[in-house]
Amino acid sequence: MQSLLERNVILLSIAILVTVSIGGLVQIVPLYTIENTIEKVDGMRPYTPLEQAGRNIYIREGCYLCHSQMIRPFRDEAERYGHYSLAAESMYDHPFQWGSKRTGPDLARVGGKYSNEWHTEHLIDPRAVVPESIMPGYPFMATTPLNFDDAGEHLKTLRAVGVPYSDDQIANALADLKTQATGENGDGDVEGLKNRYPNVPLGDFDGNPDQLTEMDALVAYLQMLGTLVDFSSVDAKSIER
Amino acid sequence: MNQAIASPSYNEDVVKKFVIAAAFWGIVGFLVGVVIAFQLAYPVLNLDLEWTSFGRLRPVHTSAVIFAFGGNILIGSSLYIVQRTSRVTLFGGPALANMVFWGYQIFIVMAALGYVLGVTQGKEYAEPEWYVDLWLTVIWVMYLVVFAGTLITRKESHIYVANWFFLAFIITVAMLHLGNNVALPVSWFGAKSYIAWAGVRDAMTQWWYGHNAVGFFLTAGFLGMMYYYIPKQAERPVYSYRLSVIHFWAITFLYIWAGPHHLHYTALPDWAQTLGMTFSIMLWMPSWGGMINGIMTLSGAWDKLRTDPVLRFLVTSVGFYGMSTFEGPLMSIKVVNSLSHYTDWTIGHVHSGALGWNALVSFGALYFLVPKLWNRERLYSLRLVNLHFWFATLGIVLYITAMWISGIMQGLMWRTYDTLGFLQYSFIETVEAMHPYYVIRALGGVLFLIGALIMVYNLWMTAKGKTRNEAPIALAPSASSAGN
Amino acid sequence: MDITAISDMARSSWVVWLMLLFAFIVFWAFRPKNKERFEEDAKIIFKDDKNGGISHGGN
Repeated sequence: MQSLLERNVILLSIAILVTVSIGGLVQIVPLYTIENTIEKVDGMRPYTPLEQAGRNIYIREGCYLCHSQMIRPFRDEAERYGHYSLAAESMYDHPFQWGSKRTGPDLARVGGKYSNEWHTEHLIDPRAVVPESIMPGYPFMATTPLNFDDAGEHLKTLRAVGVPYSDDQIANALADLKTQATGENGDGDVEGLKNRYPNVPLGDFDGNPDQLTEMDALVAYLQMLGTLVDFSSVDAKSIER
Repeated sequence: MNQAIASPSYNEDVVKKFVIAAAFWGIVGFLVGVVIAFQLAYPVLNLDLEWTSFGRLRPVHTSAVIFAFGGNILIGSSLYIVQRTSRVTLFGGPALANMVFWGYQIFIVMAALGYVLGVTQGKEYAEPEWYVDLWLTVIWVMYLVVFAGTLITRKESHIYVANWFFLAFIITVAMLHLGNNVALPVSWFGAKSYIAWAGVRDAMTQWWYGHNAVGFFLTAGFLGMMYYYIPKQAERPVYSYRLSVIHFWAITFLYIWAGPHHLHYTALPDWAQTLGMTFSIMLWMPSWGGMINGIMTLSGAWDKLRTDPVLRFLVTSVGFYGMSTFEGPLMSIKVVNSLSHYTDWTIGHVHSGALGWNALVSFGALYFLVPKLWNRERLYSLRLVNLHFWFATLGIVLYITAMWISGIMQGLMWRTYDTLGFLQYSFIETVEAMHPYYVIRALGGVLFLIGALIMVYNLWMTAKGKTRNEAPIALAPSASSAGN
Repeated sequence: MDITAISDMARSSWVVWLMLLFAFIVFWAFRPKNKERFEEDAKIIFKDDKNGGISHGGN
């Protein structure tokens, strides 16, 4: 048989394909079939259109190359960043952004830790806020208008790959986007937004109410990171590792 | 070329193109690497512009060195080797081979342009968006047709083992590429897409892909090169052909399982992490089997290392392969990983493999190929090869030692408590502590880049048919010893 | 047979598969009968020189 393999290209190719397929089948497929792979916790919801826009900017700028979003179950990480990350917390992440390197700190629970002003200032000029920082500055974000007019299309695409957006959420995508960035001061349907997306952070994120910028979206995303799951209501047993 | 070529006239033209492209993209990739290394030491170099920030240039660096430099030398080598070990010309004729070449270059340019403009999938080493992925799929199928077609039409009854490795590389990379890049574009006229997998499943799929890009692109493919160039340059058959057979199947089977070691202590289920760790440790054996096989090919001819700097490149690369395939399993052990993960230790490990193994063996391959392809009697200058060797080696040593120190130091600082039971260091203090090592790392990169520029000059002069008037390398040590 | 069934099968039998495969390859590679042939195969890379393919400095 082996002597056949070494003389027959097609057979050799098939043998290779079978050999390299097994590992993937054993490691990946069960993640879809084993039920407790993703914990059942309360509070998880899809991203608002503004948060998703911010997330897309986070991806576009390659933030994941220096910031992780995955807290490991160690005492020092718990004290530095908070409760270890659950699989459920990234269940709507297309793609995942766990990262592999902490040139900067973990961001899995950065939401609510700093003010909107701090984030905006920090993103424009990191060293104005943290003198030793080696992060690049992103001043252009504060002046670049957010281009997410096709928010509805984005939500529809995400629904097609498995994020449970409702028809209501898709129909109101663009309105919700604007409402979240103007908050109570605007004339948007704040109640509707809150119903569609519980725990949504509201307001003019970049401190410039005249314009909806990329900075608004990115800060809105950062401010919600890790804030959805209420750990006081989670049964510790169910997420034990 | 007055000598009539009795047996097949090989398609060397396309190999020449791949060689030139590899040299070109190598310089681009190293240069961008140096730039982003300096950005980490001196953040002002990010220039506050969208197109020049670390986050956008880093994928340019990784794609340029892995897929552009590595890919070109790999595809070029495979097409050179498959012809000579099959003793037929390329299947599909020059047109198909040229389409593979130009198609692959277009892939590289499209991907790199995208990164700079902010078009990315946000998955490491799989950044190109859906349209680039589709394009690459077409090119890859053409490459498979050329390669496998040549093997099928071969005039040699046995398929030489280097070709097994190339075949495994082509097939597995195709599988990984398709599996990891299933995505739905938002619009058929826009660049943005959303990947089909989410969260923990996407993480597993990504590192199944990512680790095996290392396993089958940077390892299996390059082992194919090793199994040809080292015996050829040493002018003796590989130490043990039987060991190479075992090496092949063991690597092919074991590598694919090791992905989860990139996700230790994450939200990936424990059973998957344990599986990943087990296989990563097992991988150590075939890796060292392969290393021994490569190095022992020189047994009885060790003196060639002194006189032939090209061979020295090739053999040193295998030494680095052994080193990083020892370090890899070590870092996959969960306790070690809890310290090393998220730190520069990983970066150092990657570069001991990428610079030490992949780049050095590629340099050896370029030095081997250029005189043959351009029909020159010898390289322009062996002394310059020697100089390149020392620049490259010194650069690597600076790079990886700096990253070992900074990585282990930062990992320890993150978990240090003071006497009152509080975390001793804020995160930014650990960043500050990295600065000197980031400078050293960047300087290591500069040395490595200078070495590569010396190589390009040397290859250029060789292709032009020049030979440098210089004393043979062998004379140097004996002359100095005579002087003592 | 769907992908889940294949995956379950692979999950339960990969150790056996690994051992069988490895045993077979070692047996095959180190079978005395094959020794000489392998030594010949290892020399394939030198054949193109003798047969007048473009060889080192051949112009």
